[in-house]
Amino acid sequence: MREMMRAAFVIARRDFTAVVLSRTFILFLLGPLFPIVIGMAFGGLGDRISSTDLRPVVGLAMPAADAARMERAQGRLAERMGEKALPVLRRVPEAPAPRVQLAKADADMVVIVSGSPSRPIITGQPADVQRLEGDISLIASAAMAERSLHMVHVEPQIVATSVGAQTQGRLIIGRIAQIVIFFLTILLAGMILSNLVEEKTNKIIEILAAAVPVDAIFLGKLMAMLAMSFVGIAFWGGTAFAVFLALKPPGAGLPEPAIGWPVFLMLAVIYFAMAYTLLGSLFLGIGAQAATVREVQTLNMPVTMGQMLIFFFATYAVDKMGSPPEVAAVILPFSSPFAMIARAAQVDSLWPHLLAIGWQAIWVGLIIRIGVLLFRRHVLKSGGGWWKQLFRSATG
Amino acid sequence: MIGAPTPTYAVEGHGLVKTFGDFRAVDGIDIAVPAGSIYGVLGPNGAGKTTLLRTLLGIVDPDEGRRTLLGDAAPLRQARNVGYLPEERGLYPSMKACEAVAFMGALRGLPLKIGRERARAMLADYGMGAAADKPIRALSKGMAQTVQLFGTIVHEPRLIVLDEPFSGLDAFNQGKLEALIREQAKRGVTVLFSTHVIAHAERLCERIAIVASGRVRFEGTVAEARDRLRPQVRLRTRMSDGPWRHALPAETLADDGAWHFPLPLEGIEPLLRALLDGNAGIESLSIERPGLHDAFVAIAGEAAARQMQDDQTQEEAA
Repeated sequence: MREMMRAAFVIARRDFTAVVLSRTFILFLLGPLFPIVIGMAFGGLGDRISSTDLRPVVGLAMPAADAARMERAQGRLAERMGEKALPVLRRVPEAPAPRVQLAKADADMVVIVSGSPSRPIITGQPADVQRLEGDISLIASAAMAERSLHMVHVEPQIVATSVGAQTQGRLIIGRIAQIVIFFLTILLAGMILSNLVEEKTNKIIEILAAAVPVDAIFLGKLMAMLAMSFVGIAFWGGTAFAVFLALKPPGAGLPEPAIGWPVFLMLAVIYFAMAYTLLGSLFLGIGAQAATVREVQTLNMPVTMGQMLIFFFATYAVDKMGSPPEVAAVILPFSSPFAMIARAAQVDSLWPHLLAIGWQAIWVGLIIRIGVLLFRRHVLKSGGGWWKQLFRSATG
Repeated sequence: MIGAPTPTYAVEGHGLVKTFGDFRAVDGIDIAVPAGSIYGVLGPNGAGKTTLLRTLLGIVDPDEGRRTLLGDAAPLRQARNVGYLPEERGLYPSMKACEAVAFMGALRGLPLKIGRERARAMLADYGMGAAADKPIRALSKGMAQTVQLFGTIVHEPRLIVLDEPFSGLDAFNQGKLEALIREQAKRGVTVLFSTHVIAHAERLCERIAIVASGRVRFEGTVAEARDRLRPQVRLRTRMSDGPWRHALPAETLADDGAWHFPLPLEGIEPLLRALLDGNAGIESLSIERPGLHDAFVAIAGEAAARQMQDDQTQEEAA
């Protein structure tokens, strides 16, 4: 075992330095930041679009006094509800009839309200009428009440803790952690698919296979890719934390996960490592069968779809702690890290995590062994019976 | 590594069989490589040499039979004591030459620092000091092969296995490689190599195994192989005919004004006497010991020998 770990470390060190010291690694580090920057830019633009242009415009085809009452009522309601919650009101001539005005080529109103505040008539397409009917009714009611409509004062009573809010917050933390781990895994594990192609195309595989157990080759490659992903995570995490500190509104805080932030973060790293090595060992086993980069690309699609399925299964169970689907997600090795990080956010006991990590580690070992067996059988054209090979010593 | 107890045979294989589908690449081979010897596995391409070496090294498992490497039935357990140069050369193209040598040593347990020091020294001794910090992709094919060869021996193994080591090398580098193999053998290292070039085996090997169609057709010393054939007599006479002709063996062939025949079992004296008595007029008479090539033809067959020749011609053309 010691010899195998030593050999795995030699291979890991080679792979790690080959990747990290290459120029393309800078692109790899900066790559995930591009969509974030673009997203932020388009997000800001989107905010502007949604706050101005996308609010529906309602034409008021009423006498001036009635239109003014409607506008005042909308203003008072907007003070409490926010402008974005109500449509934009715009006065339009009472004639011609609303249906004629809506049919004009330059019309920009969605619906036209005619009649009076006590008896408003809304003209528009069925879906628009249905969507805006409630808003117009609310504005017209407020216009009718006008001076007698008093906004009741709500007295705030501040408490330090709210279990409901805490539960909600922890659920959100669990979901976010799942998503982050999933995206990091999908981003990084895919690279493992093509990992052995270099050795095969450069014919180095025979030198490796003659010198060290194939298990050590697989393990070394996983270790290297994991170490490389930690470099990426440290960079991206540091950047995200700096952005969070810079953009965080004053007084804003994060809800505490059930298990506490330090343990939660440590578990997040461990579960990422487990999710990564579980999928990575599977990918390595599959990718090792491929002879060319093209074959690897063909394999990529079904493998990614499989990842998505596992992730959806784990997220489905996140708000159902202790339910059969959640327990199944915890037991199923590939969904286990995702299910367990959500559990860490919501449940404070530590021992299930120790159990789960051990369970996942067993599966990593088993999947590596199966990958090695397949590799020996199909690539090296070696090996006898399945069971004999699965449990034989790595050094043969 | 040298100094550990050495078994009588560095490599042993008994009844080895390896099949790929219906094809028996290795078909019941017995082999025993004495420790400290230079041992050649000779045969045409496709004879099963590479599969035999890979089976002995533990890269592939045999379907039948057993093997030991330096006395160990699990070959990979002896990885630190073995150096292997595969037929298909392979190195990481972006790796520096010095690092590549050290990496190959590290795979077999040599600390990287020592590996780097030794790599620099080896490259410098070989006149390749300037290439030490160059990436493999910047080296010529011959230089890259040399780097890989150094990677095979940098950890000072007790057994070196070379699969077609001369393939792709020019005559100058082939000579250097032969010298290197002899130098390793002098240090007590066992060298097992495969080749389809008879001349290398003849010059280097103490023992050889002639392999054809997955089977060992001959195993023994080069001298033993050559002794399988009787020495050839080449006789040139002034007279073309006479009673002395009856003294020539039945299998005598006439070629270019000379007689060729195997040395008679009773020796040369009776024939000489007949030639002198019959006034044949001996111009020249030579007794030549057969070469390994002749022995190979006799052992493996004309077809295998012709294929070996073709393999060599193709390689030289390439």
